[in-house]
Amino acid sequence: MNSQSALSASSVAPRITGERLAVEVRNASVIYQAKDAPVHALSDIDLDIAEGEFVALIGPSGCGKTTLMRVIADLESISAGQVLVNGVSPHEARLARAYGYVFQAPALFPWRTVLANVTLPLQIMGRSREEARRIALEHLAHVGLGGFEQKYPWQLSGGMQQRVSIARALSFEPKILMMDEPFGALDEITRDRLNEQLQQLWQRERRTVVFVTHSIAEAVYLSTRIVVMSPRPGRIVKVIQSPLPDERHLGLRDSTDFMAVAHEVREALAEGHHD
Amino acid sequence: MTEAVWRASWQRLRLQGAPVLVVLLSVLLLWYAGAWAMNAQGAIERVLPADQPWSWQDLLAATLSMERPVLPAPHQVAADLWASLTGWPMDSPRNLLFHVAVTGESTLWGFVMGTALGLLLAVAIVHSRTLDRALLPWIVASQTVPVLAIAPIVLVILGSLGFSGVAPKAVIAMYLCFFPVTVAMVQGLRSPQRIETEMLYTYAASRWQALWLLRLPAALPFLFPALRVGIAAGLVGAMVAELPTGAQAGLGARLLTGSYYGNTVQIWSALVMSALLGLALTAAVAAVEQLVLRNRRQA
Repeated sequence: MNSQSALSASSVAPRITGERLAVEVRNASVIYQAKDAPVHALSDIDLDIAEGEFVALIGPSGCGKTTLMRVIADLESISAGQVLVNGVSPHEARLARAYGYVFQAPALFPWRTVLANVTLPLQIMGRSREEARRIALEHLAHVGLGGFEQKYPWQLSGGMQQRVSIARALSFEPKILMMDEPFGALDEITRDRLNEQLQQLWQRERRTVVFVTHSIAEAVYLSTRIVVMSPRPGRIVKVIQSPLPDERHLGLRDSTDFMAVAHEVREALAEGHHD
Repeated sequence: MTEAVWRASWQRLRLQGAPVLVVLLSVLLLWYAGAWAMNAQGAIERVLPADQPWSWQDLLAATLSMERPVLPAPHQVAADLWASLTGWPMDSPRNLLFHVAVTGESTLWGFVMGTALGLLLAVAIVHSRTLDRALLPWIVASQTVPVLAIAPIVLVILGSLGFSGVAPKAVIAMYLCFFPVTVAMVQGLRSPQRIETEMLYTYAASRWQALWLLRLPAALPFLFPALRVGIAAGLVGAMVAELPTGAQAGLGARLLTGSYYGNTVQIWSALVMSALLGLALTAAVAAVEQLVLRNRRQA
């Protein structure tokens, strides 16, 4: 317990002092009341995420990585502790449309065209029709789907559908992008390509990204910081600052630096499992 | 290309049309046999000369052309329909289209009111747990009361309030219409998956936006089958409402006067017309459904 809090304490200090914090999590716990005993989905989590960071939450199922992100997104409430997003509560941050959330499934509305799916958040936020259309076309082009705007979701492949959902999450220019295993349901080839595109997207815009995954390669390739979590109770076992350069390409995955980080993540995951 | 299309449609006709045709022919054959069997007694007693011998051909001809047969033959009904539709102006009570218009009007009003009521109830039910518990049992219970028992009461009450004509009939049609719409819409409005609801939540969408942008469109595939059932039920309601009024107009009234005077051909003509009306109304709803849901496909 002691060594664990020491480990998480190291993550409290922001990467570069002076940078603003996008997310602050202090002693946060989530406890569900189950029939026999309470379940500690998250236990004493401390985590700071600075603006412009790409943070991956990785761990086996049940480690609370999705719960942690849902807490930050105001989709779940904490039992104890404090969470701040852009300096305000998750609830206020959600009402201020501070973040875009990409779910495990694309969740596109089948009765709306690709374009109308991307304009959906803009429509909700009361933007004019022409403005929403212009912005949506721009974001569709960013994810490589220019020319598909009049198609319906069922006419697109799974990878394309997930790209539409990313364009939708980015359409209203949120400061934070949260992604919950967005490519988990896709084949590896598609996944690699989307990882590369996501990396380029982050390079271009430097938005804060919180990314939940259970793929070590994905976490190491994409993120500037990797948060390794462990189940029962859900906790952070290690935070790894990536030594990899910000500019990345898929070939990097064969480099020794990449291997070293991946190894470190794997070690931390195994460590968490032995407890 | 065109040849392939022709062949495909011929194939479809052969596959779907042929069985329908066979059934139609069998029904007609059975109908004629039934007409002969059921009318024979009456024909022997009333039509055929009692003092002269007659052949089976005479009997057959007599049974299929009686004025008040127990079961009129299809061609008699067809002839009566034709005479009614072509022999009289549209505003004459002898023209069946006049009655179709009267019944159709109350059916459509009832359908519109019933659909509106059903939508309103469903929206209220899915947005309030209290209303869900309070309303749903009563809505289900309302349908256990036979419409035949309700109709006279509605007519009397609305009549005393000064409502006559189409209003009471529409209300009774509405009574049958709203139920399938309510039940289907409650299910449909609850059909969006959690992930879709949560997505709108992350956009900080209001309840009304969630209803308008997600729940209603998601419920449409549930709504249309209910509308098809509802409009057919509304027609039943409208016709039942015409019975106790001693109404002068409408297909229900036409059925009633036909049975008063033992005019079986008239009853059958009214019956065929109401079947056609029901078919046309359901087909109209189905056409709207096709149009509205043309871009949908489940993955």
